Amino acid sequence: MAVVATPWRGAFASLRARAARIAEFVTTPVLPSDYLDMISPLRASADLRGRIEEVHPETRDAVTLVIQPGGGWRGHVPGQYVRIGVDVDGVRQWRAYSLTSRADRADGRISITVKAMPDGVVSNYLVRRVRPGTLIQLDQAKGDFTLPAPRPAKALFVTAGSGITPVMGMLRNAVSELDDVVVVHSAPQPRDVIFADELRRLAEQGQIRLVERHTDVEGMLNLAALDGIVADWAERETWACGPTGLLDAAEKQWSDAGVPDRLHIERFRPTVVVTGEGGDVTFSNTGTTVAADGATPLLDTGERAGVLMPSGCRMGICFGCVAPLRTGAVRDLRNGQITTAEPGDDVRIQTCVSAAAGTCDIEL
Amino acid sequence: MTAVLSECPDVRPDPDDPTAHLTTEDIENIGKELDALREEVIASRGERDAAYIRRVIDVQRKLELGSRGVLLFSLFPPAWVLGTAGLSVAKILENMEIGHNVMHGQWDWMRDPKIHSTSWEWDNVSPSDQWKRAHNEMHHNYTNVIGKDGDLGYGLMRVSPDQPWSPFFLGQPLWNFINACFFEFGIAAYDLELRDSLTDGRYKTPEFRERANRVLRKIRRQATKDYVVHPLLSGPSALQTLSANFVANLVRNLWTHSVIMCGHFPYGVDTFEKSSIEGETRGQWYLRQMLGSANISGSPLMHLMTGNLSHQIEHHLFPDLPSNRYAEIAPRVRDLFERYQLNYVTGPLPKQVASAWRKIVLLSLPNDAAERVDRALTLFQRGPSQWVARLAGRIRTA
Repeated sequence: MAVVATPWRGAFASLRARAARIAEFVTTPVLPSDYLDMISPLRASADLRGRIEEVHPETRDAVTLVIQPGGGWRGHVPGQYVRIGVDVDGVRQWRAYSLTSRADRADGRISITVKAMPDGVVSNYLVRRVRPGTLIQLDQAKGDFTLPAPRPAKALFVTAGSGITPVMGMLRNAVSELDDVVVVHSAPQPRDVIFADELRRLAEQGQIRLVERHTDVEGMLNLAALDGIVADWAERETWACGPTGLLDAAEKQWSDAGVPDRLHIERFRPTVVVTGEGGDVTFSNTGTTVAADGATPLLDTGERAGVLMPSGCRMGICFGCVAPLRTGAVRDLRNGQITTAEPGDDVRIQTCVSAAAGTCDIEL
Repeated sequence: MTAVLSECPDVRPDPDDPTAHLTTEDIENIGKELDALREEVIASRGERDAAYIRRVIDVQRKLELGSRGVLLFSLFPPAWVLGTAGLSVAKILENMEIGHNVMHGQWDWMRDPKIHSTSWEWDNVSPSDQWKRAHNEMHHNYTNVIGKDGDLGYGLMRVSPDQPWSPFFLGQPLWNFINACFFEFGIAAYDLELRDSLTDGRYKTPEFRERANRVLRKIRRQATKDYVVHPLLSGPSALQTLSANFVANLVRNLWTHSVIMCGHFPYGVDTFEKSSIEGETRGQWYLRQMLGSANISGSPLMHLMTGNLSHQIEHHLFPDLPSNRYAEIAPRVRDLFERYQLNYVTGPLPKQVASAWRKIVLLSLPNDAAERVDRALTLFQRGPSQWVARLAGRIRTA
């Protein structure tokens, strides 16, 4: 069957490629896809996008967004996250959120659950302002914070705040395949527990053992006291997700117990961008790293280091020096405005009017 | 600029040196005010602006698609007229409000890789990166500096009496007309620095060859689209579609050329010596942009069709601010001009085009001849009554 089908498929693909090339002659200088995007932004061959279909409040500061992904979506493994690009106040911002939906929904939709962070530009937009029908950019699902096959005999999930989201993704998909599950979850108050009803129902049904900790009353969870909560924690395959303090403590505890391999952690903010005056600047394509002060334009810094910097007017007008900032923070020398980037954010800066405001990586 | 050549109401205390009345402090204060205005706009950039450019792009693409669709039936004269008109407007929008402004980086702040100065390619035979270098880097930086800003007559014309005259310039009204008809090719040759490269031997370098090849490739792509692919798609209407596309390109060329002439050529706009920009401060740079540009007055539709280059002054002060904001800040910029007794040169399109053409015709002659013709023309314009009065005066003296 496959032997017969392959040449046909090959012929079809080459025919398609030829048609696409002819179509490019019709639409040049733009691409046929630029026109198709106007009609069908979610088609399989388009850049991966999604449309927000439903917005469900979870708590006073968290919502679940149900998203119809474009045809190019390749699915996800529960526990993975997806990076989404949303336009907030006209500016495209990329963030990663854990997928919380079942991986096999009949309608092909996915969901993410977002908790508004204090001063969080994107999270506050998604929790308080976004409306169904909004188009967003998507990336394929990523991450190895997932359950192995075969499933572990005994599992422990240690979460806090929105750290419950990837775990909920796993539980919704696989709780029936897990025999012995303990969930230790922290939130400030009972009403702040995301998925509270669903978690408590799973506990009532005996599918999980749920330990809720309300930190406003009981204080932060001290992992040293874990023995008293889950006596056999060291024997359990453990997934932890939450604030950095909790994860750092968990890493130490599991390591001290000699079972670091049993601990799997997901850090929501893998890189905290520290901003200051100046910093080490890496030109990653050239492979050069130099120390820069907070007043020297990155263009000068790069040129002095022998990097082939594109340049133009050197006064912020011509945009001839624009280069991608892969990671790090820069300061606009004209108004002090800070721009930060993480990998995949697609941030480009004018190097002639930007100085290092921390460690940064320029793709030149 | 000599007083004789100025036809605008002049508010400058000393027209021979329009900045003579400004102290160093005044100039730096102008700079500070403009910097503050710029920050104000940047701080308020947002969803409304993003929606604006996306809407313009959406409308332009639909108009182009619709017009090309109508032209498939251009064998029928009404379809030809409608399609040609639509395509002309679409091409103008694409080059002016979208292409020019996107390539200026006016929309880079949106971080949308599809509407970004580094990725945009426009419907014009000059490849975007070559245009960006010549326009953003040279013209905007060295605005109206003789010998530095190639936009001053594109090396073909004399647009300031301060530029030396040679017999070659006698033909400049003709050169200008030809350039207007084939403006996109003029731009491509100019961005390629074709003329200079031919005279100084640079045309032999591999770097020039590579750039020239890219221009030729772009010309071929553009021509294939307009003069081969779309006519073929039109079947029996092939010839009509070909002529429609030619006319649409011609209309776009004439229109963009006229708008751009109005930006720096009309009377009242100043030019500068190379020496005057040495060690230029931020305030002095702003001042040069203020004195070296001219606006076109008109309706919002007019501003849209000129790509908001009708706000040439505002655009030259802030080339990277979103074009939809120029109209908003124009009254405050104008107020600044008035407070510092500077000429805010503006006028309706026909008047500005006529003013620029008049300059091009007059400056095709040496300065003394130009002044004589100018006096005669001015007299003629003032009407027969003055002719009679002058004649009567002559008779009396005789």
